[in-house]
Amino acid sequence: MAMSAAGKRRAVTGLLVAPAAAWLVVFLVLPFIAIVVFSLGERAPEGGYQPALTLAQYMNLPARAAAFWNTLVLAPIGALACLVVAYPVAYYLAVKADPRWRLLLVSLVVVPFWTSLLVRTYAWMYILGSRGIPNLLTLVGIEDVRLLNTPFAVLVGIVYGYLPLMIMPIYVSLEKLDRRLLEASADLGARPVSTFLGVTLPLSMPGVMTGVALVTILLLGEYLIPQLLGGGKVFFIGNALVDLFLQSRNWPFGSAIAVTLVLVVVVVLLGAMRLAYRVAGTRQVDLV
Amino acid sequence: MTATHPNDIEFRRVVKRYGAVTAVTGIDLAVPRGAFVALLGPSGCGKTTCLRMIGGFEQPSEGEVLIRGEAMTGVPPYRRPVNMVFQHYALFPHLDVSANVAYGLKQMRPRIETGEIARRVAEALEMVRLDGFGGRRIHELSGGQQQRVALARALVNRPAVLLLDEPLAALDKKLRTAMQIELQSLQRNLGITFVLVTHDQEEALSMSDLVCVMNAGRIVQMATPREIYDRPADLFVADFVGKTNILDASVVASGRARLADGSMVAVAPSDRVGAATVAIRPEAIRLARKAAGDLTGTVTNRIFLGATAEYAVRVPGVGDLLVTADHHATSKSDLIEPGEAVALTFDPGAALVFPARSSA
Ligand SMILES: Nc1ncnc2c1ncn2[C@@H]1O[C@H](COP(=O)(O)OP(=O)(O)OP(=O)(O)O)[C@@H](O)[C@H]1O
Ligand SMILES: [Mg+2]
Repeated sequence: MAMSAAGKRRAVTGLLVAPAAAWLVVFLVLPFIAIVVFSLGERAPEGGYQPALTLAQYMNLPARAAAFWNTLVLAPIGALACLVVAYPVAYYLAVKADPRWRLLLVSLVVVPFWTSLLVRTYAWMYILGSRGIPNLLTLVGIEDVRLLNTPFAVLVGIVYGYLPLMIMPIYVSLEKLDRRLLEASADLGARPVSTFLGVTLPLSMPGVMTGVALVTILLLGEYLIPQLLGGGKVFFIGNALVDLFLQSRNWPFGSAIAVTLVLVVVVVLLGAMRLAYRVAGTRQVDLV
Repeated sequence: MTATHPNDIEFRRVVKRYGAVTAVTGIDLAVPRGAFVALLGPSGCGKTTCLRMIGGFEQPSEGEVLIRGEAMTGVPPYRRPVNMVFQHYALFPHLDVSANVAYGLKQMRPRIETGEIARRVAEALEMVRLDGFGGRRIHELSGGQQQRVALARALVNRPAVLLLDEPLAALDKKLRTAMQIELQSLQRNLGITFVLVTHDQEEALSMSDLVCVMNAGRIVQMATPREIYDRPADLFVADFVGKTNILDASVVASGRARLADGSMVAVAPSDRVGAATVAIRPEAIRLARKAAGDLTGTVTNRIFLGATAEYAVRVPGVGDLLVTADHHATSKSDLIEPGEAVALTFDPGAALVFPARSSA
């Protein structure tokens, strides 16, 4: 049977896309459908899932309001704190650093990824714990400072753990920035601060947006940092899920929380993308 | 502010080094107020470096640059009364056309009020015939339109001097010619001093009042286009600006030279006697269809160019000469065919004598 040129092209495209599509269906779409189905069910008496068709689990969401609240507040704040620390670093690396050292410096940013976040977060447990900074503070007369198991500790852990993920996209967009635009800005009478605010910052917005979206999304599912540095006092949705699936074995309720989380992520992502498009004014936004 | 200073720009013994590389050296230059000056020279001769020192993007290693009589040493670009049209325009991709043009006005202190900015932006866009394009994004413009936005963005600030770094290099020939005329009339109408960098000698000659020819980091000659063409200061200028036949010769007495084939020709008077180089423009040579004369040769090639024709003439012992003839000048009315024997004649004054080429 003869195939038209357009038909052939479509067949080729289909073949190219097929492996990725199959992967997505098997490992993403099917599990997600399962989760949605679970979320509409009931907890079996002995734990796990029992078929039903009810929104009861969703009605029950307020019971975990604290986890949602912590996550939805600390994730964006953490991402922004990350941004505040990351931008100057990325700026230095991309603009100010001697090109000869640049590669080395950039790899130094990535090196911490080579050891497990678990180990590194344990280190922070020690630093923030009673034998760490609070201990040093007593030496100068400041007593009874609690750092560990506070939102602050979680925030410190977040900034520390996610910094490279924020630095890299910002670095890339600053690195690509055409230096002649900065000269043009100066030529037109803009002082360095105006040039930064009028040219550098807007043109690095795609990187900023990518970084913020990336870190926020990953933070929404964070489990380890609140567990270790929040000590059960500052817990995220991730901790709630571990609790529901592994401890109380309330799968339908856990599923309902997971589905709600996915919806939140989608909204955050779309919002961030739109903002990035609008600010950058270009068609392309690199998601690195 | 010395408003009466006759020169908008002056270079005083300027040297610029990048590490071990000397980009320009011994630059003395005066750009009179209101002039259209072209910096002309081959790639790497230091044109951009000079322009960037005026703009303030580079500081001279030695000497100083003055704008309207004021020394600019240590003055950053944003405090200099000059604006630049960058080679690839360097328009802001995140701003629309209006905002690009308004950028400089918004930096001015005391602040200009919004209505006034809008008025001046509209005026500038009209000046470059882009009215109605204000809302467009930069990537929605053609190359020629981007070029005009860059021009408007610079001119709207009413700079003392407009610097242009190969502004037309990226445009096709037809658009380039149109923009050359447009630039020239803009400069006349606004009375702003223009300094244009180009490596296109036609562009330099046709647009500017003064041409400053550079070679290997030095200024070789600064003069009117006419003078540059008719009385080049040295062999480099003669060769770089326009087409030139360069012949090895030996001057026997002022005005008399023997060419490599032994023939004697009359040349421009000179002090020099002995080994020399003679330069003759192709259009200064006349061809005649006769086999006898001081200088004779055979036409080997002809390129018909419409109003004129270019002939390659092989003169035994001397080399291949290029001759441009318009149709009236060739004897009778018809074109000379390749293979024909011809006699070459020229006015002695058109055969310029320079020192002998050192090695070649
Ligand atoms: N930033 C720099 N670092 C080192 N050398 C440089 C730098 N900028 C220019 N040069 C050198 O200085 C010389 C003059 O360069 P310049 O850019 O002024 O040439 P140009 O006349 O503008 O050439 P073109 O027509 O190719 O643009 C060149 O030899 C160049 O290699
Ligand atoms: Mg150049």
